[in-house]
Amino acid sequence: MELWFSEFHAPDVKHSIRVNKQLFSLQSDYQRIDIFETPEFGRVLALDGNVQLTERDEFIYDEMITHVPMAVHPNITDVLVIGAGDGGVVKELARYDTIKRIDLVEMDPEVIKACRAYLPENASRLDDARVHIYYDNALRFIRRCSEQYDLIIVDSTDPFGPSEGYFTREFYGICYNALREDGIMVNQQGSPFYQHDAEAMQRSHQRIVSTFPISRVYQAHIPTYAAGYWLFGFASKKYHPVNDLDAERWKKLNLQTKYYTVKLHRGAFFLPAFLERMLEEVEK
Amino acid sequence: MINSYYDLDQTRAPIYEALERFRNMRVVPFDVPGHKRGRGNPEMAAFLGEKCVSIDVNSMKPLDNLCHPVSVIRDAEDLAADAFGAAHAFLMVGGTTSSVQTMVLATCKRGDKIILPRNVHRSVINALVLCGAVPVYVNPEVDDRLGISLGMRREQVERAIREHPEAVAVLVNNPTYYGVCSDLKAITKMAHDAGMFCLADEAHGTHFYFGAGMPISAMDAGADMAAVSMHKSGGSLTQSSFLLIGPNMNQGHVRQIINLTQTTSSSYLLMSSLDISRRNLALRGREVFAKVSTMADYAREEVNAIGGYYAFGKELVNGDSVFDFDPTKLSIHTRDIGLAGIEVYDILRDEYDIQIEFGDIGNILAYLSIGDRPQELERLVSALAEIRRRYQRDGSGLLDTEYLDPEVVYSPQEAFYAPKKSVPIDQSEGMVCSEFVMCYPPGIPILAPGERITRDILDYIEFAKEKGCSMTGPEDPDILRLNVLA
Repeated sequence: MELWFSEFHAPDVKHSIRVNKQLFSLQSDYQRIDIFETPEFGRVLALDGNVQLTERDEFIYDEMITHVPMAVHPNITDVLVIGAGDGGVVKELARYDTIKRIDLVEMDPEVIKACRAYLPENASRLDDARVHIYYDNALRFIRRCSEQYDLIIVDSTDPFGPSEGYFTREFYGICYNALREDGIMVNQQGSPFYQHDAEAMQRSHQRIVSTFPISRVYQAHIPTYAAGYWLFGFASKKYHPVNDLDAERWKKLNLQTKYYTVKLHRGAFFLPAFLERMLEEVEK
Repeated sequence: MINSYYDLDQTRAPIYEALERFRNMRVVPFDVPGHKRGRGNPEMAAFLGEKCVSIDVNSMKPLDNLCHPVSVIRDAEDLAADAFGAAHAFLMVGGTTSSVQTMVLATCKRGDKIILPRNVHRSVINALVLCGAVPVYVNPEVDDRLGISLGMRREQVERAIREHPEAVAVLVNNPTYYGVCSDLKAITKMAHDAGMFCLADEAHGTHFYFGAGMPISAMDAGADMAAVSMHKSGGSLTQSSFLLIGPNMNQGHVRQIINLTQTTSSSYLLMSSLDISRRNLALRGREVFAKVSTMADYAREEVNAIGGYYAFGKELVNGDSVFDFDPTKLSIHTRDIGLAGIEVYDILRDEYDIQIEFGDIGNILAYLSIGDRPQELERLVSALAEIRRRYQRDGSGLLDTEYLDPEVVYSPQEAFYAPKKSVPIDQSEGMVCSEFVMCYPPGIPILAPGERITRDILDYIEFAKEKGCSMTGPEDPDILRLNVLA
């Protein structure tokens, strides 16, 4: 029997993964949630038919969205994580003893339920005593916060579904307001390759640039995301992502990682020419 | 159960059903429109969609004719009348403007007086230009804090009727653009006791017919005619509308009046959208509008929690000039953060990609309807919070009043057709204006033909222009000159 999960990465490009069996499927109030077991990528979580994570390559995304800001800001104690119901980002954050509080705002309780049941490794640290889970719309939650976080990680789905509001100027504005004077916001910034994604990436970059004094983009290779090529945004009130990297301090923590290194940290901010041009276009 | 409110089977949609049958018959078109199901205009067909252009057809036997409906359009009108509790309902394809004009033209002749609040839509005064009736304005009360005009007080209407017993009709906004309702039932009774018709402009009140906790609808209040913008809160296509009449009106006469100005090539896109939307409202409207009200209540709470803004609601109700308030309207007073409503309106669009219905001097209005979702409301509220954080300033120097008492010197028709001359606007004080000046939206006149131009009015026009309000009406699009009576 041939059973395949396919996802359109662009209107004329399809990415397919062979499936052993489907473990879970549910239409929640917000989205369709599916979990598959696959021979190549292990378990795969898809929301509205878009791959969110696979057991095989989640480490790249989760490490890059977490360790980059953690190696820059010397004193992160309070962290807000948006989305991320799969628990992967929290799993990385929980490795830092210096963090005192991790607030996770996820709109869809069903995602967390499904991940706890079918991706227990990923969700393993959601029960850490420092983690507080809020089931809420992130705009509504953050609007009430003022200068109380050192780091905000925006781990949203793509900008065309229920997370559309997390790519807007009002969202970045209230995040800015919720951060302390030296706070950092890191977001998944999409892919610059296919036109539809590239335009969305440019729009959100433009909005971040107009909100934060420092805003840089960095990249990683993630096989199951569109074009296998993914971007993150580093927006900050004070620290520069490369100049303020404290490599020695981070190395002393002695964290074992599979993708992130402080050397790669620097390299990730060196971008290809076409992408530099796309960013410059909207930075003016 | 679903149909317990109605006498007819509201699951039917006769025009829609006839178009589906017609599509399947594959009739060969040797009639208009010339695009012939889109084949003659492939770019248009590609843009609008083949399904859409294939039902852009002309009146014919199986599809009835709006000028003289005898079959499926007639049935659709009967269903609409049943759904809205009217004696008869007319499908209208010229916007609610055509419904409003029909109300005036069906009840007023040249020289007849009509009692109306000044904050009427321009379409009402345009109708007076057409028929030569004379307006008797009731000065609506103004809420000093908000700077918006409210409803008509009962005592004011009573006095207008007493002073003008020969008037033929009273027109009432139900509600105003901001959601304010007058005591329509009492006003209807006063009008009827004096032998006058009562007409309701319900451009913003379609949902009053479908929901608990809504203000009274014109048909329930016993009014004689109501212009209902289905395309606003009702969900039909732009430009489609219903005209409702009560039992005192002569249906045939109203049809004749409609046919004076209505197209003889009515669009089946518009008519089928009315048919389908009426069915949707009859079957699901109560549930949908309860949800819209809940969303609006939530948004009001959240906006008021930001501080500085005032999202007003039922607390304005005072039993008279605010007899009731439309709970679905999200009107927000912005002056206390030091910004004019029009400024907030512009920032929302230019910087946050959020388009709201309008901004005037002191307020904005976000239109909530059948198509809204909570996540977009969160965006709107958050953007308002951000605008306050980034732009808040001292509010002194913002102009106070929104309502300017008109002095009617000539009837709108006399003034419109009289010999006139063009003068620079700053030299026009004291003269009689022969054209309209209005902020759009809301499209309520600052000056109408036949009215005296005063210093207050000129100051207001200057201020509104400076704040970026879109001003329309005069021949001179920049409004540097005005036409006045020679």
